[in-house]
Amino acid sequence: MSGPTSRGDLVGRARRRVDGRAKVTGQTVFADDLLPPRTVFCKLLRSSVPHARIAALETTRARAAAGVLLVLTGQDFPEAYGILPVSQDEHPLCRDVVRFVGDPVAAVVARDEATAEAALALIDVTYDVRHTFAEPQDSLSTPEPRIHDYGDEGNVHKKVALQFGDVDRAIAGADHVFDDVFHYAGNTHLPIEQHATVALRDPDGKLVVYSSTQTPHYLHRALAKALGLPAAHIRVIATPNGGGFGGKSDPFNHEIVVARAALDLDRPVKICLTREEVFFCHRGRHPVLMRFRTGVTADGRITGMDLQTLLDGGAYGSYGVASTFYTGALQTVTYQVPTYRFRGCRVFTNKPPCGPKRGHGTPQSRFGQEVQLDKIAERLRIDPADLRLRMVAPANTLTANYLKVGTIGLAACITRVVERAGWRGKHGRLPYGRGVGLACSSYLSGAGLPIYWNAMPHSGVQLKLDRSGGVAAFCGATEIGQGSDDVLVACVAEVLGIDPHDVRPVTGDTDLTPVDLGSYSSRVTLMMGNAAIQAAERARDLVAEAVARTLDVPVSRLVFAERRVFDSEDPARGLPFAEAVSVAEAAFGTIGATGSYTPPASAARFKGGGVGPSPAYSYSAAVVEVEVDPETGWIVVPRVWIAHDIGRALNPVLVRGQVEGSVYMGLGEALMEEQAFRRLPPRLSSALVHKFPSMLEYKSPTSLDMPEIVTDLIEDPDPAGPFGAKEVGQGPLLPVMPAVANAVFDAVGVRIDEVPITPEKILKALQAAAQGKPARYGPAAFPEIAWPETLLVAPPWEGGDGTASNEPARRPRKATSPGSGVRS
Amino acid sequence: MRLPPFEYRAPRTVADAAALLAEAPGESMLLAGGTDVLPNMKRRQQTPRVLVGLRGIRELRRLEVDRAVRLGAGVTLTDLVRSDALRARVPGLWQAVAQIATPHLRNVGTIGGNLCLDTRCTYYDQGPEWRKAIGYCLKKDGATCWVATSSPTCLAVSSTDAAPMLQALGARVQLVSARGERRVEVADLYANDGIAYLTRRPDEILTAVEIPATAGRRSTYWKLRRRGAFDFPVLSVAAAARVEADGTVTEARVVVGAAASRPMAAPAADRALVGRTLTDDVIAEAAEGAYAVAKPMDNTDFELVWRKRMTRTLVGYALRELRGDDMREARLRLARQSLAMVS
Repeated sequence: MSGPTSRGDLVGRARRRVDGRAKVTGQTVFADDLLPPRTVFCKLLRSSVPHARIAALETTRARAAAGVLLVLTGQDFPEAYGILPVSQDEHPLCRDVVRFVGDPVAAVVARDEATAEAALALIDVTYDVRHTFAEPQDSLSTPEPRIHDYGDEGNVHKKVALQFGDVDRAIAGADHVFDDVFHYAGNTHLPIEQHATVALRDPDGKLVVYSSTQTPHYLHRALAKALGLPAAHIRVIATPNGGGFGGKSDPFNHEIVVARAALDLDRPVKICLTREEVFFCHRGRHPVLMRFRTGVTADGRITGMDLQTLLDGGAYGSYGVASTFYTGALQTVTYQVPTYRFRGCRVFTNKPPCGPKRGHGTPQSRFGQEVQLDKIAERLRIDPADLRLRMVAPANTLTANYLKVGTIGLAACITRVVERAGWRGKHGRLPYGRGVGLACSSYLSGAGLPIYWNAMPHSGVQLKLDRSGGVAAFCGATEIGQGSDDVLVACVAEVLGIDPHDVRPVTGDTDLTPVDLGSYSSRVTLMMGNAAIQAAERARDLVAEAVARTLDVPVSRLVFAERRVFDSEDPARGLPFAEAVSVAEAAFGTIGATGSYTPPASAARFKGGGVGPSPAYSYSAAVVEVEVDPETGWIVVPRVWIAHDIGRALNPVLVRGQVEGSVYMGLGEALMEEQAFRRLPPRLSSALVHKFPSMLEYKSPTSLDMPEIVTDLIEDPDPAGPFGAKEVGQGPLLPVMPAVANAVFDAVGVRIDEVPITPEKILKALQAAAQGKPARYGPAAFPEIAWPETLLVAPPWEGGDGTASNEPARRPRKATSPGSGVRS
Repeated sequence: MRLPPFEYRAPRTVADAAALLAEAPGESMLLAGGTDVLPNMKRRQQTPRVLVGLRGIRELRRLEVDRAVRLGAGVTLTDLVRSDALRARVPGLWQAVAQIATPHLRNVGTIGGNLCLDTRCTYYDQGPEWRKAIGYCLKKDGATCWVATSSPTCLAVSSTDAAPMLQALGARVQLVSARGERRVEVADLYANDGIAYLTRRPDEILTAVEIPATAGRRSTYWKLRRRGAFDFPVLSVAAAARVEADGTVTEARVVVGAAASRPMAAPAADRALVGRTLTDDVIAEAAEGAYAVAKPMDNTDFELVWRKRMTRTLVGYALRELRGDDMREARLRLARQSLAMVS
C-alpha cells in the first residue's frame, strides 16, 4: 500500500532564510556574546621563536600576580590530540618543542582579560633555538632536526603514490605532451568572527563547552581524549559561526585549555582570539607546487595525466594527510582521463599549520589542470570551451581512480556561461589588454568517509511533533552562515506540508542532537537533508495512519500541504496539521521520529581510495573578463559569469549567495590573498614570522573591488541528493582562479602560472616576452622527490576491481559502511 | 587587542590643550580622531600616559573655503569630502581626502590627524608579540632596521594622503604651544626620518592648515594601493600648477608621497614643466624627475621595484589630468571609483 503524499511548496522557491531575522537584527548569539555570571578570562602565551626546545618555563611570578586564578602549561596536558587518527601530533600547550611563532606554551586565567594578558609577561621561557624551516624544499632536503618524531621520514609528513593504468605508455604514445609547473600560494579563511570559546561546569558538575566550531562532534571526541573524561560527561554546543570556511574544523588548543581551566576552577572560562591569533590557528590553504605531465591526442583528448604535488604543511598534521590526497583526487571527475598517476608529498615547516579551506586541497591542482588545458587549447588551436565539451566525463560511471560519478551538469554549465558571456565573440577577439578566460571544476557533496573509521550514520535527525502543530528538528549539524538550519527546516516542512516557521531547528548540541559529523566537505545539505527527509517521512506516515482512521480515508489518498492533512479526492475533508498531530498523539502516544544517512560504499578498495568518493559531485564553469594595462600590469576584473550544477536548488537565494561568495573568495585568492612570511636574514636572526597577521595588510577584496557577477543555476536533480540537491558551498570557488589566469593570457598573451596574479608578475611576464624569453611568470621546476612504491590499480575499463595489484593484503575493516546508499 | 590604560583630558580651548601638553612633556599625545593613535596604542607602539582629546575645541572645527582656504585641524575628512566648495577650488586635495581609508574612518579622522600620521612599516605596525619575535626594530625598542639592516635611520614610510597634496599646493600649518605659535610650510613640517618624521615639537598642536590663493591653480592627486578602500598609499603623486590660457605652465609642483619617510619634492620635475606646455614629451621628462626621488623600500604592500616604476605612470596620469585630458577611465581602473570633479 502506498503512503501519503507531500505537496510542500518550499523546495525551489526563493525564501528568506529561517535565521535571517536574528542575523540582521543582531540577535544571533555568537560565542563571544556569551558572558555567564562569574566568568573569568584566559589568554595564551605564544612562542616568539619559530622552532625550539623549551629549556625552561618559569611561571611562579605569574601565579603570584594579583587577580590571576590559574596558570597552565604543557605539563598539565599529557595527552596528544589531532583531527585525524593518523596525526595525533598536537598538545593544547606545547610540552617540549615549539614549532612556529604563535604556538601556545602557557595559559593564564584571571579575573579579567587585561590581568591575564599582563600576567603573560611574567612567564619566563628559555628556548634552545633549532633550525628554522621556512621553505618546503629545505624540509625535503634537511631531515634533521625533525619538527615531529613521526611521519614518513625526516621532515616529510606524508608521501603518496597511486597509478591507474599505464600512464607512461599513454603519455609516450600521445601526439603532444604538455609538461607544466605551477605554484599556488597559501591563503587563509578570514572569517569575520574570531574563534571564541566559553567552558563551564553545569550544575551537575559536567563540562559544557560553547565554541565557534564547525565540527562539534569531533571537538567532543578530542575533549574526551585530551581531558581523559567520559564523552557522556561533556556537552559541546556549537554556537552559530560568523563564517568558518574550514578554519573552525579542527579541535583547537584554546578550546581544550579553557575546558581544563573551567573544570579546575569550577567557573566559566572564556577566550576570544585576537585577529593575529586567528592567523596563527590558520589551517588554511596549503601552498602547493605542482607538475602536470599530460599527453593529448591531436584533437585534444587526454591520453594520460601524471601529477606531482608538494604541499607546505606548516607545523602540524591537521587534515594534512587528507589534503595531500585531495590534491590528486578530483582530476578525473570533470574530463575523461583514461590513465592517471598521482604522487603527493606533504612536508612540515615552522609556520602555522595548513589544513582545509573551502575546496580543501583541490583548488590548487584544479588551477594547474585548467590553466594547462588552456595551453593545450591554444597550441592545438581549439576553442577552450570546445576542447572541454568534447571530453566531459560521462554521467553514471566510474572514473579511472574509482570515483562513482552520478549526474554531471558540466556540459550544461559550459554551454550556459559561453552563451551568457558572449564567449564566441570575445575569446581571442577583444582588443589587446582585454580578455576572457574559461575554467571548470567539480566538488564533492560530502566526503564518503568520516574522519575516523566507524559504521554509524554520518548524519542523524530526530523530530518531535506535538498537539501545538509545531515541530522541533534536532540535528548535530552546525550553522556556520551557510544556511544549514534553513535546509534542515525546509526538508522537514516540505515533507510535512507546513510553514518553515512552524519548525524549530535545534542544532549543533552534542547533548540534545543526534550526531552529524559537521559542517565540512560540503556534506550538510546532502547528508543532513536526506536524514531529515527520512525522519519527516516516518513522522508523516505515523500522523497519516491516525488521520486515515479518524477520517476514514485510505492513507494513500492523504496529502500533506498548506498546514493541512486532507483527502486528495475531497480536499475539503481534512484536518489542520495541529489537529492531525493531536489525533496521532492520542492514537500512538508521544510522536517522534528519527532519520539517518550513511553514504554508499566506495568502489575504491586500495589504500588512499577513501579520499575522493562522494554521493554526488557538483560542477561549475566560469568565464572571467579582465582588463590588463600592458604598461603597468595593473589588472581589473569587470565581469564574471558563472554557472553551477546544483542538482536542485532548495532555496535559490542561499544557493546564489554561496555562488557569489565563492566568486568573491576566488577573486581574492586569484588576485591578492597570500599567507606570506618574513624570514629575517639567517646570519642575524632565526626569526620566521607571518608577514602581516592583520585584516588591513592581508589583502582581501573590498566591495569596491568586486565585479558584476552573472549567476546561473543548472538544475538536473541527482537521485543521491535530498530532492535532488547537490553541494554549492565550495565548488563554485574553484573555476575562478584559473579563469582569471586564462583571461590574462587572452588579454596580453602571457601566462601567470601561479596565484596570486599580481600586477608585478604580469609586468615581469610582459617584460620577459619583450626580451624574447618565455612569456610566462611562474615556478621554474619541480624538485626531485624520492617517491615510495606506486600502488598500481587497473582502471575499471581494464578489468580492474578497485584493488591495487601490489598492495600487501589489508586488514579487513570491521567498520565498513553499509552499502545501502541513501537513508539507512 | 585592547587599549592600555591612559588618562583622557578634554580641553575646550587650544590654550588649555597646549597647557596640558606642557604639563606632561613626553608622556602625552594628542587625540585628533584616533584612527591612527588608538590602533597604535593597542599594538603598544605608543603608550602615552595622557591623551589630550581635541574634539571639544570648537575653533579647530572651522572650515573656510574662499579665495584662500583655511582648515581647522579638527575638521573631519568627511566634512572635507562633503565640501563642494573645496572640491571645486582645490580638487587635488578633495581627491586625496576622498581616498583616505573608508567612509567610517573618515567620519572620525581629521585633517590635522592625517598630517601627523605616524610613519608606517610592515616590521613596525604589528602587535607586541610579533615585534618581540623579530627582536624589535629601530623605530621601537630595537637596534636594527630590518628593512635595510645597514641603514642608520628608520625607513618607515610617510603614509599621509593629505601632506603630499598640501605640500604641492604650498600650504602652511599653524603650530601652537604654551610658548607661542608659529607657521611653517608643509614642506618644512616633515623630515626624512621614519622616527623623527615631524618637525612639530612634542608640545605643539597643529591647529590649522592654510592654502594660499587658489584662483587659477589646478591640482590633482593619484594614489596607488591594492584595493579601492582601506589601504594606505604605497605611492602617490600630487601635482599643482598654474597654466596660462596658451597652455604655458607658469608654476608647478610635483610631490611624491609614500616613497620615503616624508613627502618628497621633485624639483627636477618642476623645472621640466615651468615655462613650457604640457606636451607628452614634457610630461615624460617631468616623470623622470619624479622617478629619481622615489625611494620605495620593501616595507609596504607591493614590490618596491614595481612601485618605483609606477611613479612615472602616476606622474603621467596627474599631468595629463592637469592638461585637461579625460582621465576618467584610468582613474576608475586605479581607484575603483570615479572621483569625478565638480565642473
